[in-house]
Amino acid sequence: MNIISGIVFVLTFLSVYVQVFFLITFLERKKNILIRTGSIELDEYPGVTIIVPCYNEEKTITITINSLLNLDYPKDKLQLFIVDDGSKDNTWQVIQEFTKYENIKVFHKKNGGKYTALNLGLEKVETPFLGCLDSDSFVDSQALKRIMTYFYDKDTMAVAPSIIVDKPKNILQGAQKAEYDMAVYNKKMLAFLGGIHVTPGPFSIFRKKVFEDLGPYRHAHNTEDQEIALRMQEHHYKIEHCPDAYVYTIAPNTVKKLYRQRLRWIYGFIRNAIDYRRLLFRKKYGTIAFFTLPSGIISVLSVIFLFIMLSYNLINFIVRKVIQINVVGISNSFSGSSFDLFFFDTKTIVFISIILYTSIIISLLLGRSILEGKPRVSFDMFYFMIIYSVIAPFWILKALFNAVRSKESSWTLEIDKRDARMVKQKNATTI
Amino acid sequence: MLEWLNKKMQQQFDFKRYIIVFFITLGLFLTAVYLSNYFSDKKLNQLKSIQDKISIDILSSETQFSLLSELSCKNVSDSVLSGELSELGQKIEWGQNNIGTTEELLYLKKYYSLLQIKDYILMKKISSRCGKKSAFILYFYTTAQNCSECEKESIVLTTLRDKYPELRVYSFDYSTDLSALKAMLDIYKIQDTKLPALVIDDNLLTGFHSMDELESMVKESFKLQDIKTIDEKKTVK
Repeated sequence: MNIISGIVFVLTFLSVYVQVFFLITFLERKKNILIRTGSIELDEYPGVTIIVPCYNEEKTITITINSLLNLDYPKDKLQLFIVDDGSKDNTWQVIQEFTKYENIKVFHKKNGGKYTALNLGLEKVETPFLGCLDSDSFVDSQALKRIMTYFYDKDTMAVAPSIIVDKPKNILQGAQKAEYDMAVYNKKMLAFLGGIHVTPGPFSIFRKKVFEDLGPYRHAHNTEDQEIALRMQEHHYKIEHCPDAYVYTIAPNTVKKLYRQRLRWIYGFIRNAIDYRRLLFRKKYGTIAFFTLPSGIISVLSVIFLFIMLSYNLINFIVRKVIQINVVGISNSFSGSSFDLFFFDTKTIVFISIILYTSIIISLLLGRSILEGKPRVSFDMFYFMIIYSVIAPFWILKALFNAVRSKESSWTLEIDKRDARMVKQKNATTI
Repeated sequence: MLEWLNKKMQQQFDFKRYIIVFFITLGLFLTAVYLSNYFSDKKLNQLKSIQDKISIDILSSETQFSLLSELSCKNVSDSVLSGELSELGQKIEWGQNNIGTTEELLYLKKYYSLLQIKDYILMKKISSRCGKKSAFILYFYTTAQNCSECEKESIVLTTLRDKYPELRVYSFDYSTDLSALKAMLDIYKIQDTKLPALVIDDNLLTGFHSMDELESMVKESFKLQDIKTIDEKKTVK
């Protein structure tokens, strides 16, 4: 147990370090966080192409495309490419209806995974800027204009938006809302330090030059949006974050769906981190090498060790209770022992945990204050901390396990499984 | 171009920031360590003051007993409530598991064993002179080696004492380095290979004994009433 508590001690130290790192950056740079309300005008409107890859999205694709059509941006400067990646439902029929718009082009291809759909779009792009939008997300009408202002800086090669969970309907989605809000804060701080490691699928905008110089999207263990960011970091391409460009996403509403999504993300992170391990602790790569990648690895390990600790304590408690019940019977094992403050645990690790949890709450509040103008406490934050500490270890452990065995978790499979009927059909045909 | 890249690299790798954050985090951790030590000290002080109080109580009872001699057995109060001593025992044990076996705790534990022996002797005297039968259990266990039977026996005894408030359980850690305790071990011929060991009514029992077994034994030798029957009587009155 001594080695384990030593490891836990080091990991909590590093986890608190990460939070303090963000906080110091925030205190130093908070005046530079630009939040605009209302419409703005740009000096010029460069051409932008948005690629929407879709696979079995007949229900949500209309909202996604409509939100793009409603973007406050000159229509002649905005191209939309809808790429159907071999959907098995009516997605193709649904997107046909949009061909009446002059600036929309639709493509159909054999199923090959999201990155192939994106690359098909990439090949046809003629504008100096491009972006993509996942078909489970939709954009705020001001998002694109606000993002484009960050390209006034000639060095900026890509800009990531703020992703917000759309109207959480249950506790799980609420927890994710808190998490996404915190991610806005983390992302902005990473942007200040030049250490962003993901240009998320929902509405990150790139200069076309990025792909001309560095090549198209790669499969990248089904997390192409992480890989392209790492590739850009490797080549010192600046990635910005625009906190007031809002993109709404529909968060998984069941534990199972969330589990699949996170399994893919964490697995992708681990594999991409391995693929790009040459960046780690190399001075010339800066923040990504010394902070972003290490802190990702720390959080993976921390969650696992926290889980081991909690399980160990829980099992210990249960074993003791069982012995007690065996020895003196149920009726005698729950009586007596009045509450005494003396027995309140005051080991160092308890205070350290309090510090860690406080720092996480501060991060959650700062995320919210960036988005809403003031730090508002909500139940979502507690749902987040409770739910994630219980279930996150499972997808992290599974992702780690899969990474060791190099077992892919696929994007298409994730969507396939959303519809049990679809899977059954698939089985029927294979039989 | 190279210059631009260098500038960029400097911008991105800000060594000072990493050092400052390290010291802030270290500061937070040292605060946690300090707080933990502070509370541990407070707890140890609390233990000491409980122990002092019990020690005064026992001393005062002894003195009272010598003064009054046989004249008025009625006036001799139970020196210390059995609950108080056992609570102290529980707290010391908890401290050993959670604060760590420090010099101070070992000292407290020795003192605690001594207080128990004193209380035991006093109670024995009172019972023989006043012809009042008191219920004692002497319990010997060990923490030096992993003794699962001891853990089980402890649970049984705690439950038993909660059930019969008049029962006095004196528990002794075999490995405590105290000459008075060594004498007790000699008197009852306790061996470390036969732990847990119990002395009830001058009979030596070794190994684990279940709740039912001990309960019937206690009831028989001391004619004890459990807490429920006492409560019932009170309500009837």
